[in-house]
Amino acid sequence: MSELTAIGIDSIIYAARLFLIAVGLTLIYGVMKILNLAHGSLYAIGAYMAATFVGFWLQNGHSVATSYLLLVGAAAVTGVILGPIIERGLLKFLYGKEPVVLLLVTYAVFLILEDVAKLIWGVDSYVISEPYGYLGNFSFGELVYPNYSWLVIGAAIIAGIVLTFILSSTKKGKLLRAVIHDQEVSKAVGINVDRYFLITFIAGAALAALGGALVAPTISVVPGMGVDVIVLAFAVVVIGGLGSVPGAALGALMVGVVRSLAIHYLPQVELFSIYAVMAFVLIFKPKGLFASEEGRKI
Amino acid sequence: MNRLVWISISVAILLLAGIFAKFQPAWTFTLTIALTKGFVAVGLALLMRAGLVSFGQGLYYCLGGYTVGMLGHLFGIRDFFILVPAAALITGISAVLLGFLLAKYRDIFFAMLSLALSMILYGLLVKTPELGGTDGFNVASVTFFGVSIDPALKGLIVFVITCALVILAVAGLSKYLATPLGKLGTAVKDNEIRVEYLGASAQHVIHVNYVLAAILAGLGGALSSLIVGHVDPEMAFWTTSGEFVFIAVLGGVMSPIAPFSGAIIYEVIRTIAFQYAPNTWQLVLGATMLLLIVFIPNGLWDLVTKRIRGQKGALT
Repeated sequence: MSELTAIGIDSIIYAARLFLIAVGLTLIYGVMKILNLAHGSLYAIGAYMAATFVGFWLQNGHSVATSYLLLVGAAAVTGVILGPIIERGLLKFLYGKEPVVLLLVTYAVFLILEDVAKLIWGVDSYVISEPYGYLGNFSFGELVYPNYSWLVIGAAIIAGIVLTFILSSTKKGKLLRAVIHDQEVSKAVGINVDRYFLITFIAGAALAALGGALVAPTISVVPGMGVDVIVLAFAVVVIGGLGSVPGAALGALMVGVVRSLAIHYLPQVELFSIYAVMAFVLIFKPKGLFASEEGRKI
Repeated sequence: MNRLVWISISVAILLLAGIFAKFQPAWTFTLTIALTKGFVAVGLALLMRAGLVSFGQGLYYCLGGYTVGMLGHLFGIRDFFILVPAAALITGISAVLLGFLLAKYRDIFFAMLSLALSMILYGLLVKTPELGGTDGFNVASVTFFGVSIDPALKGLIVFVITCALVILAVAGLSKYLATPLGKLGTAVKDNEIRVEYLGASAQHVIHVNYVLAAILAGLGGALSSLIVGHVDPEMAFWTTSGEFVFIAVLGGVMSPIAPFSGAIIYEVIRTIAFQYAPNTWQLVLGATMLLLIVFIPNGLWDLVTKRIRGQKGALT
């Protein structure tokens, strides 16, 4: 029984982390039809930013309690700085090319950002465990979990609800859905599509960075941490259907459950299981669980 | 030009390759590695002509390498001329099977599903201690028709054989690309539905190209494992596949020679850059790739052919 509980709790904690990383990717794809391979780099840079900010904050004698805001701040700063550079400086000139070409472009951006991160932060690891340890633990039966996990779960839920609310209930969100549905008609009726693209990309980048920033206190931040994350995030969004926020949530949960089951019962297949789920879903639903059908264009 | 001329040119190239290898053993190693990557890239080019980018060719590269390594360890097979065809055969069979699934996908779905498949192999190998886990294992030294060869000469022989295989691959692919089936690749990219209206099956075209690409990648992996003498799961990791994509973009995909020349340029630059700028190497790579995509979308080889024909290549 306690093993099942453990698996359940592990799944949810892991799913929350995955959702935070994946939702930015699916948002950018949904609006811009770009699969952003640089997403993992943004995640890593978010983690580095958070480590730098929090490290600096604590060194100057400020309290740990306020450092949580800095984690979010670091994510926002990463998004606001790198988002416009990538979108305005590069992607803007390539809209309308084939999706595969844009995939290659974002792959190039990924390569560049990986080294930029090394140039700025060096190759040493950064550890900021204070925000993680400060909250203490909670016990569930005989199982002990860090309270910090609640924070990550909370952030994932808030991110999901806020995004869904903006998309479904605000005026700007409705306009954005129009842009998603048909760019050209949106332009024709006077929606500033360029600005929506920019804002979307900044939001997506900031969400990736938020994923990294919230994970940063639980790990040591090292070069190359974004490389694995990209493929995980892809697995999640592809399972759920590219461009769908509820899909990303479902994908994150599925991957979370499968991974926890694998770790508890058959640790050898941990990595394998995640991609196996993805391949399995794609065999039956080629565009993911939540994707809408599209007609073939001649 | 008739066949005799081509054969004499090939023999001349192989002689030159042998002489080069005799005097430049260090660069020979680099060049052989480059050519093995060229095999993967030229297969990738076949797919890219059809508008498909595989971010998972590492799957077959790795499979080829592990086939060679495991045949040596499990069955004691050490002969070059059994191992390499066996690797090509195994990758070919795997690709025929996986092709039934993958040939239905296009665009980024093809890219991501192929990536997932290669990561499945990576995930399995990493967690298999019998195969060395993340470290991989060493490949037994190879014989040629049962003859063991002085290790000092091995580099030279493998290089010359690799060059011969490159020539065969280029000749074979040129022939293939001139057949109706070969030409359908670019047609599928231009307009898949019209291809089907004309009575051809786009899925079949993609499946055939996918299998050919896999065999070439398996060949590359087998050769590289024999030269390096070691295989590890990194061969199937997605960044390795990304490297192959880069080489194909660099060289260009419209001629079978282009990916091989792209591979040589890539490997030479990489060797030099590793010495002088180890920490900014990927940055250089990424920036080059962006410049290529924006300014020379058909790859460096396109510049050469433009010179020769004195016209603008209209293919995108």
